[in-house]
Formats: sequence, C-alpha cells, structure tokens
Amino acid sequence: MAVLQMQRMSICALKKDRKAILERLQSMGVMEINHILEEDEDFQCMDTANARSSFEKAAAAADQALELLQQYAPVKQSMLSSLAGKDLVDREKYDSILQAKDQLMKVAGKIRALDKERAEKKAHILKIENSIESLTPWLPLDVPLSFEGTKYVVMLPGTLSGLYTLDSIYSRMAEQAPDLDVDIHIISAEQDATYFTVFCLRETAKQVEDALRSIGFARPSQVIDRVPADVKSDMEKEISEVQSQIGQIEKEISGLAVHREGLEFLADYYRVRGDKYEVLGQLPQSKSTFLVSGYIPERESAKVQKALTDKYQCVVDVEGLKEEEEAPVLLKNNRFSSGAEGILEAFGLPAKGEVDPTVFMSFFYVFLFGMMLSDAAYGAIVSGVCAALLVKFPRMEQSMRKSMQLFFWCGLSTLFWGVMFSGYFGDAVNVISKTFFGHEVGIPALWFVPLNDPMKLLMYSMLFGVIHLFVGLGLKGYMSLRDKKYLDFFCDVVLWYMLLAGLLIMLLPSEMFTSIAGIAIVFPAAVTALGKWLAILGAVGILLMSGRGTKNIAVRLALGAYDLYNISGWLSDVLSYSRLLALGLATGVIASVVNQMGSMGGKSVFGVIVFIFAFVVGHTFNLAINLLGSYVHTNRLQFVEFFGKFYEGGGRAFHPFKENTKYADIKEETK
Amino acid sequence: MSQLGIVYALMGAAVAVFLAGAGSALGVGIAGQAASGVVSEDPSKFAKVLILQLLPGTQGLYGLIIGFVTLSKIGLLGGGVVDVSVQTGLLILAACLPIGIVGLISGTSQGKTAASAIGIIAKKPDQFGKAMLFPAMVETYAILALLISFLAVSAIQV
Repeated sequence: MAVLQMQRMSICALKKDRKAILERLQSMGVMEINHILEEDEDFQCMDTANARSSFEKAAAAADQALELLQQYAPVKQSMLSSLAGKDLVDREKYDSILQAKDQLMKVAGKIRALDKERAEKKAHILKIENSIESLTPWLPLDVPLSFEGTKYVVMLPGTLSGLYTLDSIYSRMAEQAPDLDVDIHIISAEQDATYFTVFCLRETAKQVEDALRSIGFARPSQVIDRVPADVKSDMEKEISEVQSQIGQIEKEISGLAVHREGLEFLADYYRVRGDKYEVLGQLPQSKSTFLVSGYIPERESAKVQKALTDKYQCVVDVEGLKEEEEAPVLLKNNRFSSGAEGILEAFGLPAKGEVDPTVFMSFFYVFLFGMMLSDAAYGAIVSGVCAALLVKFPRMEQSMRKSMQLFFWCGLSTLFWGVMFSGYFGDAVNVISKTFFGHEVGIPALWFVPLNDPMKLLMYSMLFGVIHLFVGLGLKGYMSLRDKKYLDFFCDVVLWYMLLAGLLIMLLPSEMFTSIAGIAIVFPAAVTALGKWLAILGAVGILLMSGRGTKNIAVRLALGAYDLYNISGWLSDVLSYSRLLALGLATGVIASVVNQMGSMGGKSVFGVIVFIFAFVVGHTFNLAINLLGSYVHTNRLQFVEFFGKFYEGGGRAFHPFKENTKYADIKEETK
Repeated sequence: MSQLGIVYALMGAAVAVFLAGAGSALGVGIAGQAASGVVSEDPSKFAKVLILQLLPGTQGLYGLIIGFVTLSKIGLLGGGVVDVSVQTGLLILAACLPIGIVGLISGTSQGKTAASAIGIIAKKPDQFGKAMLFPAMVETYAILALLISFLAVSAIQV
C-alpha cells in the first residue's frame, strides 16, 4: 500500500561502454530517463534522429510484412486470443534468430514486393477485362475490323449513337444520298449505340462514308486487325495466365509464413533499438564519457547500481529527490488490492504528497460491487470466467490481468451477497420447482430478502455509505497528521467527525427514523446529551475555524458558514448509497421477469424448451447489463463520494526505459 | 365503479414502462448516433463506445421493474386479480409517476451526456474511466426515482 519512493540515479561512464550500459538499463526496465542537465560546451547531446527514424521505418516494414502474411496465410485467432498476451522467448533463441536479421529484412522486403506485384497483376487483369468489354459488341463479326474489302467492295465498320433498326439506317442513308448503293449489316445493337458494317463499291466509298458521317457515323476507336472472337479468346487466355501467376505469388507469400516468428522478433528488435536511440539522443556526452540520469524506485536502485558498477567502469550516484521535484508514480500493493490499481489509474494516480488509497478502495470496491450485483449464480459465473481466463492465459497483459483479478474477487463478493439475499438467477429455484415439479421450493436467504423488506436494506446501504465516507475522512486526517498539520487535522477532520457523529446520535432515536426503519433505538440520556454537545461543538468549531486563513472576522465567519453548509453535501453523499439497494433490486427483479417469461410455456416438453431458451438469453442479458451498471456505479461511489473526501489525484505514471516489444518478451537469463 | 381501480393501477404500470422506456430509447438513440460517427472513423473503439451508448438504457429497465412489481402486486401476472379500489388504484398510479417522468427526462439527458462522453473517447480513448462517469452522474436521479417508486408501490396495501 504505497506509492513507491523514487530516487534520482545518475550514471557517468565511459563512452566505450555506452551501448552495453544502455542495453543493460533497457533490459532491466526500471529507470525512467529524465535529464536535468543543460547542454554546455563539454557535454552535448548527439543527434540520433536519423538513426531512430531508420529503425522505426524498419520496424514498420516488418510490421507491414506481418500484416500481409496474416492476410495471405492467416493464423487462426480465437476471440479470446487478445487476452493471451505476449509470448516469452529465451534470449538464446531470440539472438540466434536475429543473427539472420539482414535476411529477415530481405524477407520482409520480398513480401512487400510480392504484394505490390500481385496488386499490379490484378490491375492488369482489370485492364484486359475492360478491353474485352469494349470488344464485345463486335464479337459476331467474323472478319477483322481492319478488313480492307475485296477488289471492288469496301467494308466500313462503325457505330451510330442510339438504337437503330436496319430499316431506320437505310432510310436515313436514303435521305442523305438517295443514289448510292449500300449493303448494311447490323452486328449488334444496344440501348445507346448500334454497331454495324456498311458494304459499298470501292469507287463510292468516299461518298458513302461522308453520307454516313452526316448522320452521326463514327469509326470504331480501336481497330484490331484480327477477328474479334479470336482476340477475345486470346485475352481470356492471358487473364487465366495472369491469374495463375497471382496464385503463384500468393503461394510464394504463404510459403514465407515460416519466417513469421523471425519477422516478429525483427519488428521488436528495431522497435527496441529505436527507443534506445531516442534515449541516446538525450544523453549529454563529452569527448569520452556520457551521463544518464533518471528516476528509479528506491527498492531497485541498489540492484542496478551493483549490476553496473560490477561490470563497467562507471560512477553511479543515487540521491533523494529535491523538494520541488515531482516524481513519477509507481504503485505497490498486495495481491488482492493491486487489482484495483487500474480503477485508481482511471481516476488519476496520487499526486505528490497524497497517499495511495488503493487498499481501502479495493475492499470497498469488492464489497459494494457484490452488493449491487447480489446474485449468487451471477457471482459464480463472473468468478469462474475470470479464474478460467487467468489460468488459461498466464501471460496476460499486466493491466488486463489486474482487472481480471479484481473481478474475480468482485464475483466472490457477489456470490456472498447472493447467498445473503437469496438470489440464485433471481428466483429461478422457486419458479422451476413450481412450474415443473408442482410444489414450490426455495433457498431461504441467509440474512433477508430485500424485495420483502426494502427499507431495511436502504438503512444498511446508508450505513455502509457512512462507514465508507468516514474512512475517506479518516484518510484525510491521516494525511494531515503525516504532514504534521495538526491544526488542519483538528479543524478539517476532528470537528467534522464530531459534528457528524453528534448529528447521527441525535437522528437515530428520533421519531422520523423510527417510522422509516421500523425499529426504535433508544440511547441513554447521557449519550443523547453527548451527541447534542458533539454536534454543537463541531458546528461552532467549523464556523469559527474553517476560514482560519483570513484575518477579517466577518469573512472568516462567512467562510465558516459556507463550509458548514457542506453538511448538505454529506447528506447527498449518504443518500447516493441508496443505489446499492436500487441496483440490487434491479438485478433481482429483472431476473424474476426472465424466469416468469420462461415459465409461461407451462409444464410440458415445449415449456421446458421455452424456459431454457428464455433462461439463457434473458439471464445473459441481465448479467451483462447489470455488470455494466455495477461497474459504473461502484466506480462512481469511489470517485465521487469516497475520493471527494480526501483525494484529488493528478500524479504522473512511471514510464521506465524498457524493451517495449509488441510480439514477444525476452526472458532474461538470471545471474 | 370499483372496477376502475385496477384500470388506474394498470395505467400506473403502463406509465412507468412507457415513459421510462421512451426516455431510454431517446437517450440510447442520441448516444448511438455519436457512437456510429466514432466507429466510422476508428472501428477499434467499438467496444468502448458501445458501453457508453448502453448507459442511458437503464431507465427503461427501471421502468420495467416498477411495471413488473405493480403487475405482480395487482395479481395480473399470477392470474388471481386482486380487487383494487379506486383509491388504491390511484395511489399505485401516483407511485409509478416518479420513475416514468424522471426516467423520460433523465434518459434523454443521459443520452446527450453519453454522446459527449463518446466525443471524449474519440479524442482520448485512454480517458474511458472519466468519460463513463459523466453519464453516470445523470443516472443517479433515475435511481432515486426508482427507489421512491419502488418503496411507494411496495408500501401500498391491496
């Protein structure tokens, strides 16, 4: 339960060890590089932008090749494979594969080149198909379009735009040139063009063509000197040839799939080197030495120091952080609570000087989540699924793993509350026994059934709320005490505790509470008087002390009164916990609706089928929607009500310089 | 005249289901439009925006809960219809109003808030936790209304 203490580590070493030291730091992955030194004439940074961008380009090329491989030779991925996380490989295997990194780079280049070639071939096919299409209307013609004619006769092939019949062409020809003899054959006719040939005597050819032109005749744009049908069959042959070439290319690419693992390593390798060069570019370097400086968690610093000084000639200096320095935040929690770190991150990491509330939050989170979902069967399902996934994918990504752990515990808590409130798929046991076995059996609640006594649960919800909020206020007190701000502790925490506790003691025996809760609570007179005085003293204290920062008495009192008005904020915060009841009821009632609907088929084979169908679909839906609801509203109770009392967040996460791989992690040899 | 009681009671159930359901339908619709816009740019955000789109859907469920509790109260589900006096019928109708009306209004505004939260996801997908909180704020009031409707309906003696 803590924010890890950070230190600044500065390393000064000889340039000849630069590569080795940087790689060592990167593979240890515990230091965030952060330089505070300005460049001067002795120490200057190197420009590594070019090298970096070439590495990044290489990584991108390998990534792209991998994507193409996935396209041509897909590896089946199940829906859950995104949970699987990265593989773990031995350093030896990694190194041995990467020895051939130039060849692998060539493979990546080849895959990309082949893909390009394939795309070009596809474009070629399209082009041929277009020519075939433009040829299609001339297919019935059994001489080439460029046919010169015989000794006396000339053939004029061409088109008219629009649909014509033979008669209409003849009649238009007759209008234009009544004394010319022509023989017209329509080859094909479409909606917007008519394709035909005109035969005429060689000596009148010129006049005939002029006459034809005047009615809109146009020669074909492409003149092919072979019979159209032959040309088409040739083109089709070419298409099938190109297609088989494409098939071969595809086969060739799939054949390269054996290099998939190598390419993954290659992409990672260049990515890691790119990161290294980014850091290298930040290092101040003199003629023969260089400096590295950055944040490191205290518990790691000795290890790193030893690893470096044992092996290289260097000076490692570890110091505490300066007062004004804002260190990056790394959390450390026990196994149970670390699950909730993701939730805290979503709100904001602890800022400088704040405690890490994860431990407190995790217990309340699990407790409240279970109360909202509150169905034993749903809880068992959630826990079971999370546990199964955790076991099946041991190398799940860290943050995902933590969430899974959290929801595993939330599921157990749900199970617990389900048993307390007798929710097993809602009232499924009752409905099944009543519908299919004739007499109703139910599992009695360990505590009580909220549907029968909602007021009781409402009271308990608010009670849990008060506890939750008081813990929040207590944490605020803890922080004031730790920082030795005793006056703040007394004014902002103790006085509020007094006021709130006093008000509670006064409220509990009142008639209003008795009528709502149905139980009369009677305190001895001394306790009642104590409550009264606590409330009065607390209120007066807050009124006087809240504005202690200002000298002006009137302003000070006004600020105090304003702060006292926060009592309404406390009221609304406590009322907000009524959602524990409402969401619990929502799960139960919707589950009952599902069961009711299922049982409408009655006691028959058909009825059983209807019931199973409604049961599976309905409860899946109910579980999904209520999981979402419980998640959202538990978050809200933590973020708004609980954190509102003491926590602001706003810390910066710790980003160590490490091997940021995408496909595989490298197992470090233990020394 | 005493038959009118059951009519009023059923009207209550209907009001709860139809107003709250309409609110959710409007809200989910508004959020869905924004969600489709984001997914058209970046399909990988589908899961996140889907969750945000679903948030205004709960009002409809709350309406359903009150409707269901009312129906089982007046015995319309089990078959044995209870004899409901006009006064009791009107009481049930009044008890159903909070979730109906608040469901309608909060569902719509939660939809608008969810649509803006989807805008957060479009620009800063890592801020999902915060984006989710804004629509959840609106929902609080639907929960309060559900609570009052539920307590009122279950407190009415038939």
